[in-house]
Amino acid sequence: MKMRMQRTRFIAIAALLTVVVLAGVGCKKKIADPFPASGAVAGWEKSGKTQSFDAANLYEYIDGGAEQYISAGVVGVSTSDYKFQGNLEATVDVYTMKSADGAKTIFDADPPTADSKSVPLGDAGRVYTQSVVFRKGPSLVRITAFDAVPGESDALLALAHGIEGKL
Amino acid sequence: MQSRREFVKEMVAGAAVLGAGTKFALGQARAAEKSKVVIVRDTKLRSPGPAPDEKRVAAMLDHAMQTYFNAQNPVQPWKQVVRPGQVVGLKLNSLGRMLSPSVALVATICERLQQAGIKAGDIIVWDRGSRELEAAGFKLSNAPGAVRFIGSDTEGYEDAAVSYGSVTTRLSKIFTRCDVVINMPVLKSHNIVGVTMAMKNMYGVIDNPSTMHGSACNPYIADLNMVPQIRQRVRFVVGDMMTAVYEGGPSYRPEYAWNENGLIVGEDRVAIDTISAQIVERKRAEKGLQTLAQKGTPLTYLATAADAQHRLGTNDPARIALIEQRIA
Repeated sequence: MKMRMQRTRFIAIAALLTVVVLAGVGCKKKIADPFPASGAVAGWEKSGKTQSFDAANLYEYIDGGAEQYISAGVVGVSTSDYKFQGNLEATVDVYTMKSADGAKTIFDADPPTADSKSVPLGDAGRVYTQSVVFRKGPSLVRITAFDAVPGESDALLALAHGIEGKL
Repeated sequence: MQSRREFVKEMVAGAAVLGAGTKFALGQARAAEKSKVVIVRDTKLRSPGPAPDEKRVAAMLDHAMQTYFNAQNPVQPWKQVVRPGQVVGLKLNSLGRMLSPSVALVATICERLQQAGIKAGDIIVWDRGSRELEAAGFKLSNAPGAVRFIGSDTEGYEDAAVSYGSVTTRLSKIFTRCDVVINMPVLKSHNIVGVTMAMKNMYGVIDNPSTMHGSACNPYIADLNMVPQIRQRVRFVVGDMMTAVYEGGPSYRPEYAWNENGLIVGEDRVAIDTISAQIVERKRAEKGLQTLAQKGTPLTYLATAADAQHRLGTNDPARIALIEQRIA
């Protein structure tokens, strides 16, 4: 009788532990890949491998600029290069902050320019002639183009929407 | 750690090469003299294409150096900065291909150094990271007998620490291999210190720059430049202002970038930084932005670098002999 009770208790504890572990795995937020594959956004090709840096080695990626992100609570950044129709090159940086407030702090630090305009993208977005910046939850996304070509803003905006949909 | 004897020897060598007319040869300003800073701009630098024309970049460098040293030919100035047998380092400030010293500018300096008697194998073009050098358009190379393009990440840092004031750090082994270092920064705003140019570029020669960003990098920037090896070996500044950033730096931000199409040269690192800050302030005013002080980045390190304890140069515009020229 005593042995049976012990066995029952053991099974119950084991079952409980299994449920807890499985629940933990299930609840753990999957880190989404925010980078659209080549062709997923019309005209855009992912031309480089994704690189990632965490807060501790962020300065390896943005030498001298890391502190602003660290003080706003950056967790890490992932970056990849893209090409549009083979001639416009751009870099996409996706910063993950600890909270949406951190992303807002970085976003708000950039003053608008005469040629920039707000766009409905994520929680807030802004498009410039050669770049797009937007935030969504704890993510802060910056797309920077390196050449000036006609229709550039529209192309960058399309890529931004592709990324926003994956966040 | 450098011995006193080595230090004195280095000071004498520095004075001999740069000559009596260059007051920063020993790293300290003499109060009565003005610091010379030369800026040369080329209005046709980007014609016909959007990128700087390589020949015009070379011409702009020669013009700036000849003006600074009052020299008759492009090689003569370099003979006053270096001498044969020395190992010469070009410390870049690489922040991607859009905001790094121009490849054509670096190539021209390497050519002039060789014409001045420096062996190709004694020239080291370097920065903190190999990846950054490559991203800036330089092909890594460590072949003997040729100009080297290498990063401190592969060469490592000295075991022994050096220190001055608030700074204790280890120097790049590339830096300590050099007898003379040409400082090659790029003009840009900085979200912590306001503007970064010559002095802060020395953060790229040490192993622990991330520990020196508190209090707007003050007094770290000034103290770091006071480390004897840095104060003595960094003899000249050739600042790239072809493309510059007035906001959002130090990273390249196309929305805040402009083409200044110029170079700034001189020996007084504080004067160079002071004039550079004025240029950024002018551009910010033109764009309707707050001053750097209003933004909360008032460049406090400049006054510290110029104070009686540091005397690295002058931040007083009245004591800077600024020569601005335009070529077309």
